[in-house]
Amino acid sequence: MKRFFSIDRDIVQRLGFSFLTIMAVVTVVPIISVVIYIIVQGGPAVSWEFISAMPHDGMRAGGILPAIIGTIYLTIGTAVFSVPLGIAAAIYLSEYAPDNRLTQLIRVAIINLAGIPSVVYGLFGLGLFVLFLKFGTSILAASLTLSIMTLPVIISASEEALRSVPQPFRTVSISLGGTRWQTIRRIVLPEALPGILTGVILGLERAAGETAPILFTGAAFFLPRLPGSVFDATMALPYHLFVISTQVPEMPIQIQYGTALVLIVFVLGMNIIATVVRSRARAKRQW
Amino acid sequence: MQPADLPQAKVSIQDLSLQYADGTESLRGISFDIPANQITVLFGPAGGGKSTLLRCLNRLNDLTEVKKLDGKILIEGENILDPKTDVIALRRRVGMVFARPVVLPFSIRSNLTYGLELAGERRKSRLTEAVERSLSQAALWEEVKDRLDDPAIALSGGQQQRLCLARVLALQPAIILLDEPTSGLDPISTGKVEASLQELKKTYTVVLVPHSVQQAARTADFAAFFLQGELVEYAHGEEAFTNPKDQRTEDYVTGRFG
Ligand SMILES: Nc1ncnc2c1ncn2[C@@H]1O[C@H](COP(=O)(O)OP(=O)(O)O)[C@@H](O)[C@H]1O
Ligand SMILES: [Mg+2]
Repeated sequence: MKRFFSIDRDIVQRLGFSFLTIMAVVTVVPIISVVIYIIVQGGPAVSWEFISAMPHDGMRAGGILPAIIGTIYLTIGTAVFSVPLGIAAAIYLSEYAPDNRLTQLIRVAIINLAGIPSVVYGLFGLGLFVLFLKFGTSILAASLTLSIMTLPVIISASEEALRSVPQPFRTVSISLGGTRWQTIRRIVLPEALPGILTGVILGLERAAGETAPILFTGAAFFLPRLPGSVFDATMALPYHLFVISTQVPEMPIQIQYGTALVLIVFVLGMNIIATVVRSRARAKRQW
Repeated sequence: MQPADLPQAKVSIQDLSLQYADGTESLRGISFDIPANQITVLFGPAGGGKSTLLRCLNRLNDLTEVKKLDGKILIEGENILDPKTDVIALRRRVGMVFARPVVLPFSIRSNLTYGLELAGERRKSRLTEAVERSLSQAALWEEVKDRLDDPAIALSGGQQQRLCLARVLALQPAIILLDEPTSGLDPISTGKVEASLQELKKTYTVVLVPHSVQQAARTADFAAFFLQGELVEYAHGEEAFTNPKDQRTEDYVTGRFG
């Protein structure tokens, strides 16, 4: 009897293992197929001219330079507002805030903010930055809107990273005559930096790829020249992709996929930078 | 209740009581003097309040929520429990070594210069001098002098604990508090730490919570027996262990007691 049982269990185990392997493969297949499909479809369209020239012939020819530049501007603009603010908020929550109801409420609010659909942020940005603060449809308004959307991601990830720094480091630093701020600046922040950076890049990546938040706040359908100030509207890769895929008749399909490819490379590129920076930081500390 | 011939007091604890936020009364009316340039040992079963008392001496208890803190701790006549005390300066004067060695995530050298740099010391010569002096005092110099820039975490447990002691010594404090500093160490490392303490008491006032009665007996010039937040007996080292006055002390040192 005993033997049968153990064979049974063995089979069940193998079945379970195979099942999980299959599931893992199944989840990877669509991701890889999408990437391959876009490379195959869009690859031929991507050339030096494509990424360095202005569009012409109703965007059916030429390049997508203003959309690339616009996305870079928006990403930088988002970083300028959301990174310092997000890290500061995380430091406050992790290192200074008393553990009371108010702090818990703030945390819950941040978690829920991360779940709000991006189009809602777009509407909020339209109301607050474009209309009320009179920034107009502009890089400034769009960056601020994207910042608000990005903040919860940066705050949560940074707080998590700060909290994972062992408590005894802080106690020792204080016992050696360190102030709280000295302790944070010299020990806690450097230790948490790789985690913070991951959060920052994840957040900015999302901002770079979003259409809805910039739709009403800063994105332009077509501009004959590059934006000259933060109060100008701008073209941007995700919105441009939407425009040329749905709004322009007789659009050559390679241009659509070429644009998608550039967007993916941009976002994945940020991911790779994050990974490299993180592993460099690890290697440098040697533990 | 104090040995009659106690040398000049460095620290005078007067009617100290402490109650944690959850209501635990960890110290109940403690009064005694800690003499300068001696090893004063605080011993007794776990939960007696020894760590709590140490953490009061450098105001590390500020990091914990405390419901009630009464009494005085005079260090060279100044009440350090006074809210106006400069706690940063106090902690430089009263160094602490913890039970578990916690090296900071830096090199050996940076671990040692950390406290001085926080205090604003930038002169290279001073920092270098402090590194060598403190490592020698903690009996670690010979073992690490050729690899000061290696990560401190690469040291063995015993070396890490001596590094923690050296890190405190680098600041040239007046008083050194050690809370079961050898509880995780092998006998050889323990011996080295105890030997350093015998040297150090010539310059510093040492307060030690030992990890065993044996260690208490080996090291104590003066010994204070703590039981459930109370100071039961305070006497010369030999006396406390060979001829205790209080029955509870006797039960504890003879092992008839948890
Ligand atoms: N942060 C704290 N909050 C509440 N109670 C505590 C805290 N720290 C210690 N205690 C309690 O205070 C008493 C004395 O603890 P402690 O000073 O660590 O004693 P010892 O070092 O002699 O073992 C114990 O009952 C312990 O549970
Ligand atoms: Mg203790």
